[in-house]
Amino acid sequence: MKPGEESRRRRTGAGLIDGLAALAIAPILGGLGCAPATDGAAAAPPSPPTQAGERAPSAESAPDGRMYGFGTAATAADIAAFDIDIGPDGAGLPPGQGSVEEGLAIYEAKCIACHGATGSEGPWDRLAPRLPADEFPFAEDPSARSTVGNYWPYATTLFDYTRRAMPFEFPGSLTDDEVYALVAAMLYMNDLVPADAIMDSAAVTNIVMPARDRFVEDDRAGGPEVR
Amino acid sequence: MDENGRSIPAESDEEHGATTLTRRGLLTGAALAAGAAISARAAKAVGAQAAPDPTKVPGARPQVVGSRSPHETPEKLISGSIGGVTRTPHHELHGILTPADLHFERHHHGIPQIDPASYRLLIHGMVDRPMLFTLDELKRFPQVSRLHFLECSGNGGAAYRVDPPTDISPQAMDGLLSTSEWSGVSLATLFEEVGAHPDATWFLAEGSDAAVMSRSIPMEKAWDDAMIAYGQNGEAIRPEQGYPARLLLPGWEGNASVKWVRRLELSDRPFMFRDETSRYTDPLPDGRARIFSFVMDAKSIITHPTYPTRLEDPGFVEISGYAWTGRGVIERVDVSIDGGATWEAAELQEPVLPKCTTRFRHAWEWDGEPAHLMSRAVDETGYVQPTAAQVRDVRGPGTRYHYNSIRGWRIAADGTIGFAAS
Repeated sequence: MKPGEESRRRRTGAGLIDGLAALAIAPILGGLGCAPATDGAAAAPPSPPTQAGERAPSAESAPDGRMYGFGTAATAADIAAFDIDIGPDGAGLPPGQGSVEEGLAIYEAKCIACHGATGSEGPWDRLAPRLPADEFPFAEDPSARSTVGNYWPYATTLFDYTRRAMPFEFPGSLTDDEVYALVAAMLYMNDLVPADAIMDSAAVTNIVMPARDRFVEDDRAGGPEVR
Repeated sequence: MDENGRSIPAESDEEHGATTLTRRGLLTGAALAAGAAISARAAKAVGAQAAPDPTKVPGARPQVVGSRSPHETPEKLISGSIGGVTRTPHHELHGILTPADLHFERHHHGIPQIDPASYRLLIHGMVDRPMLFTLDELKRFPQVSRLHFLECSGNGGAAYRVDPPTDISPQAMDGLLSTSEWSGVSLATLFEEVGAHPDATWFLAEGSDAAVMSRSIPMEKAWDDAMIAYGQNGEAIRPEQGYPARLLLPGWEGNASVKWVRRLELSDRPFMFRDETSRYTDPLPDGRARIFSFVMDAKSIITHPTYPTRLEDPGFVEISGYAWTGRGVIERVDVSIDGGATWEAAELQEPVLPKCTTRFRHAWEWDGEPAHLMSRAVDETGYVQPTAAQVRDVRGPGTRYHYNSIRGWRIAADGTIGFAAS
């Protein structure tokens, strides 16, 4: 048996479902069907070369179980330099905090030109408003505008995206405190937090967005039925 | 008009630069006319210099890098600026391969300039051995090369509108589709090398562009057919396609094939990034929205004859186009000349490859009467490319991605051609 083959077989099962079970949306995603490969043969990766004369696994080149031995071990510092993602469970949120008031001031200085005075004017992405009864009319109404308040399922995504990609002309330039403040401001624009709210890692994680339970598995699976 | 074909420049909520061209600017008539003018000028210039009989003068010297004939000037159709949308000129191409410099583009914050010497791919998270790989190290692993289409899941939005434009070319309509031979290292090989944990179910793919573009991908795709690609049509991937390396997920919406990939993090849950929640999800009429709708369903487009071509005279016309599916191989393509009342099976040109465009051809004798051409793809799962009405029935008029409905072209008695949806 090739190294890793046994574990490979174990992980070809219902991994998608397992992954989503950790999230609040799991009850909706009863069985995410985007082609989980349950057939071991179909899911097995290409066999690495093992015949004589080829690059076979070698105790000399790969003492730690590696097949080829190329690449270098990543240090904690290597990983920390890139590891910026925030999970929907709040994993990765840094220390720090920011208030609605601070966020609105930053917004006016750095965001208003693209997103408008109240977040709803554009010309680029609409950040607000939330809809009166948290409706979700997008499939039936092509003119309906999706916003943070009516479409984004997780507030953690606001922190992740704002920190990695905004403001547009100076992406990645905001401090963590500034990002927390802007998240507070965007939630305030959508009537999701009061004017005196302060966001930190716990607060961002605990926000329940109006569209949180709107998202369902992709049930398209080929075959004659149009979905 | 944005990638979804909606003409909403002033009130757009789409990304920077993706919408700055108005619909008129996109209706390639003007662009094609400009191209034709350039071509004619070039031809004139060449004609003025060239000897009348090329068999009576020495030919040109060879060059270290070749170039197109000055008589041929195919061009991508650009919309927007730094947001980045360009469309492939389908009506000027033959076979199934897209020349790398005509491959469509959709990027979210411009094209980064990356020094291959300092490039690193970091793989970490739920692995035994977090590792960094240089470009040279990636190239030392066993190589795989396969032909696959890439299509933006917003491709063809204009066809879905209740009143689509008629003066639109297949490039302007469906130009966010291209096909290449991709070369690289199987992601399964890399994940074995780092010792992926058996309970890892998703991985993050992150680019090193200014958007630090990120998506969550199910691990099943890595074990199936995903690769880290560094080659395209025999040469290094072009900067606008992800140089020096990109993720390539055959048959899945293009956005998930993250370009300029710098980091893969294995996890036991998806990350819920902006581009897999607020974008690239599909609202449904029951008030829900599909998430992680990766697979591109079967679709076909006719690339000849179409707008802006005009049929000069009655007689033989070869109807030709592409068909493709993210679920395997194309089984059949039907062609109709009477608006879908009757269908005939087209000829499929070899090779017919999985998750790749297939060229179809259908011999037709035009009698000079009005006609309504359509093509309809059927894939190996038995899925039949639906009409726009069928899609609207199940997904509503406001759906935002996966516009794979049947496209049609009306031919008038004078030979002019206009788009006419199913």
